[in-house]
Amino acid sequence: MAAIYSLYIINKSGGLIFYKDYGLQGRMDTNDSLRLASLWHSMHAISQQLSPIPGCAGIELLEADTFDLHCFQSLTGTKFFVVSEPGTQNMENLLKHIYELYTDYVLKNPFYEMEMPIRCELFDINLAQAIQKDRVSYLGR
Amino acid sequence: MAPAVPRSGDAIFANVERVNAELFTLTYGAIVRQLLTDLEEVEEVNKQLDQMGYNIGIRLIDEFLAKSNVTRCVDFRETAEVIAKVGFKMFLGVTASVTNWDTEGTCCSLILDDNPLVDFVELPDTCQGLYYCNILSGVVRGALEMVSMKTEVTWVRDMLRGDDAFELQVKLLKQVPEEYPYKDDE
Repeated sequence: MAAIYSLYIINKSGGLIFYKDYGLQGRMDTNDSLRLASLWHSMHAISQQLSPIPGCAGIELLEADTFDLHCFQSLTGTKFFVVSEPGTQNMENLLKHIYELYTDYVLKNPFYEMEMPIRCELFDINLAQAIQKDRVSYLGR
Repeated sequence: MAPAVPRSGDAIFANVERVNAELFTLTYGAIVRQLLTDLEEVEEVNKQLDQMGYNIGIRLIDEFLAKSNVTRCVDFRETAEVIAKVGFKMFLGVTASVTNWDTEGTCCSLILDDNPLVDFVELPDTCQGLYYCNILSGVVRGALEMVSMKTEVTWVRDMLRGDDAFELQVKLLKQVPEEYPYKDDE
């Protein structure tokens, strides 16, 4: 039973550049995933405006009855968010680690065009390893 | 969860993979020589180096943010300090000092203690207008643009041109925060 259901990466304009599904439902339709990503981008932006205190960095955690959504936004505007089982621990560290993998295997690839969908095999491989390691440590608890 | 503490430039530099310094210097020298051969005009080469630096900078900034854990800088002064102490140290292995602040706090100079790009380099008379290290100005400009700061970065003093130090002037033109995507209908 995976603790993580899916991972999304959105560029600074709100476009989906990476989507990976780990759940049992099967992969979401491409158009649906694009729509969901744009929706999340908008909600994130709106939450910053809604905040009563200035300088809000946006939604970090969304808790629903059947899932949690953890979101990390870099200072450059790229958002990494993961949909997981309710109560999953350690997602912030996982997201930070994925951010590091992104900077290494995506951004350093000279043939990767900025803001475009990610099609980097090295990133996929290392990401799978990171998720697997997280899953193993989760099961070990 | 306790917030991650920003790491010092030395700590990160010790942890990243490093490359032979001479290989780095020679590779950069080869790039500049090839650009001079291809473009012939010194001004064109300066522009190309800046553009190449810009393309590096827009990608480098995310790695910098990921590995150094710096939080959002409060003002431009802090930004300059972070670039000089953490950024330069992390990627070039040298620190810079920040001086010459103007009254508004939007313009400063970064003085490099040491410059690994220029080891063994002497500029010939035919290339006197060349800013050999112009890639660095592009890198700083590109990196800052990705964190919503439009800047102008120029070399004020260049030891290859006879000055006594490497001084990079960084001028903040404007802050361009992300636009709120839903404006009220006008």
